Amino acid sequence: MTVAAEAIAHRSRRRPRLKRIAHASVPYLLILPVIVVITAILGYPLYKLVTLSFQQYGLAELIQKKGVWIGFDNFSSVLHDEVFWRVLLRTVIFTAANVGLTIGLGTLIAFLLVRVSTWVRILLTAGLVLVWSMPAVVAVQVWVWMTNFENGILNYVLTELHVGDYTGHDWYGSTFSKLGMVTLLIVWGAIPFVAITVYAGLAQVPRELVEAAEIDGAGPGRVFRDVTFPVLKPIFLILTSLSIIWDFGVFTQPYLLIGSSAVDTSNYLMGVYVFIEGYSHSDFGRGAAISLLMLLIVAVLSIFYVRRMVKMGEAQ
Amino acid sequence: MSAVSEVAAGAPPVARATPRAASIRRARRRRLRRAVWNVVGLGVFLVLVFPVFWMISTAFKPDTEIHSSSPTWFSIHPTLQHFRDAMARPYFWEVVKNSLIVVGAVVALSMVVAFLAAVALAKYRFTGNKLFVVLVIGILMLPQAGLVIPLYVVLAKYHLTNHLMGLVLTHLVILLPFAVWTLRGFIMGIPKELEEAAMVDGSSRLGAFTRILLPLVAPGLVATSVFVFITSWNEYIFANVILTDQANQTLTVWLSYFYGTSRATDWGGLMAASTLTAIPVVIFFLLVQRKIAFGLTAGAVKA
Repeated sequence: MTVAAEAIAHRSRRRPRLKRIAHASVPYLLILPVIVVITAILGYPLYKLVTLSFQQYGLAELIQKKGVWIGFDNFSSVLHDEVFWRVLLRTVIFTAANVGLTIGLGTLIAFLLVRVSTWVRILLTAGLVLVWSMPAVVAVQVWVWMTNFENGILNYVLTELHVGDYTGHDWYGSTFSKLGMVTLLIVWGAIPFVAITVYAGLAQVPRELVEAAEIDGAGPGRVFRDVTFPVLKPIFLILTSLSIIWDFGVFTQPYLLIGSSAVDTSNYLMGVYVFIEGYSHSDFGRGAAISLLMLLIVAVLSIFYVRRMVKMGEAQ
Repeated sequence: MSAVSEVAAGAPPVARATPRAASIRRARRRRLRRAVWNVVGLGVFLVLVFPVFWMISTAFKPDTEIHSSSPTWFSIHPTLQHFRDAMARPYFWEVVKNSLIVVGAVVALSMVVAFLAAVALAKYRFTGNKLFVVLVIGILMLPQAGLVIPLYVVLAKYHLTNHLMGLVLTHLVILLPFAVWTLRGFIMGIPKELEEAAMVDGSSRLGAFTRILLPLVAPGLVATSVFVFITSWNEYIFANVILTDQANQTLTVWLSYFYGTSRATDWGGLMAASTLTAIPVVIFFLLVQRKIAFGLTAGAVKA
């Protein structure tokens, strides 16, 4: 009896410390696999990216698996290249236009969803989810078909609606028009995420507040500015920063819609530029330098979003 | 709050002289306004959905209708010929098989690895967890085009280019952060009390985990794995770079090479192939969209 009691007492005295140590190590063991995978598959390439950017590394070097150290030559070559700066400026303008259109139109649709009857809301939401689910490569092919100059439906509809005679109009004639088509494609694909998220956010706006403000004589503009917007602000901030990050680095849509044979210095966006300069031209050292510059720009753009998510993770 | 009281102070009270007539008028105006919004809503729906409709519609049209100068909205003589042609194209079945292998391996590996880390993030407080979250979300934000060169060079070094394994590893690393973050949200949604109650009842931590936590988090696991499936299935840039032989490619890369010169393009076949590529994604996406949509805006929107 006493022996057993002593043993129990002894155990209960000893166990907490052991348990504490074991307990403390559990989360580290749990995250270990992720750390290993990320370090092995991403960490090493990122390290490689930094070293490559200081090397002369072309096809010959790829085969020998050994580059020639050339210091900052790749970076100075890129930074002294007019093309880099033009691509950067073009990408910034492109990103601003795409993000502005996506957020603007998405928000309008979210507000529309509040105002329509239930059956229209269900229909419109289903349509949004359908559009959202379309794979990028598939959407590109549909765009190519709809906007081709010979028998694309876009030219037909515009001509029928008497917008002008668009028979045989080539939408891929000028850089502006090409990037306009890419914008149309990206905005179309990105609207659902914004619309559905903002709509979900609108549901959080307390009805009593809106009604109170309306009874007190506030117009729709005033209600939006003073009641709705403050509630939606964190959502807008997150959506905008995510959209900026995504659109700045976009690759699949511009590369495939403009066409791999038609992308050139006159219409490069950053993602395409990095890809062509580094991979297609097999100048991996210079490509690595451009990639690194691009990653740095996106890292700066991401700081806001990452900080926000970490803070929200804590708050939960 | 202060904004509202400001409004209240500035506006005179609404007059309620003839309540009956006014309320009828107001109701009628409201109904009219709603009808107008409904029309606008239907218009937006039609414009948004049109490209998808046009893809499916074209896929079922005979060539004569596709090349006609006055297009028909629906075909009077629908045909399955384009689907047969698309499937009969070189490498179709090979690339479907490749896509399924890659997606299957990525889903299986990522779910196991991500689930463990998600449990750590959701259930434990540990030094460095903030750093880990920054790492996870930071990777989520990396532009893929910027990673092509280093991944290609490293995979080439280990002779993993032109192997499905190379693509599996690449997809794994770009999808793990997403999976960890989403699963963490699902696990955090489970009340701690349930798990504690099981432990009080004499279950071990592992027992509580398998009998209480796992069944509750199963829908989250399914939703996350479906989303991983979709992203891996749709992924283009790495598949295009890593898999060089036509027989080794995935469905999206195969589809991207479908398009020829304008005059020679088999539009019906292209749209049939596009439809076939999209179908599994659309079906799965419709199933899980509600559960996943808010992972990226977690905290800002309470789904």
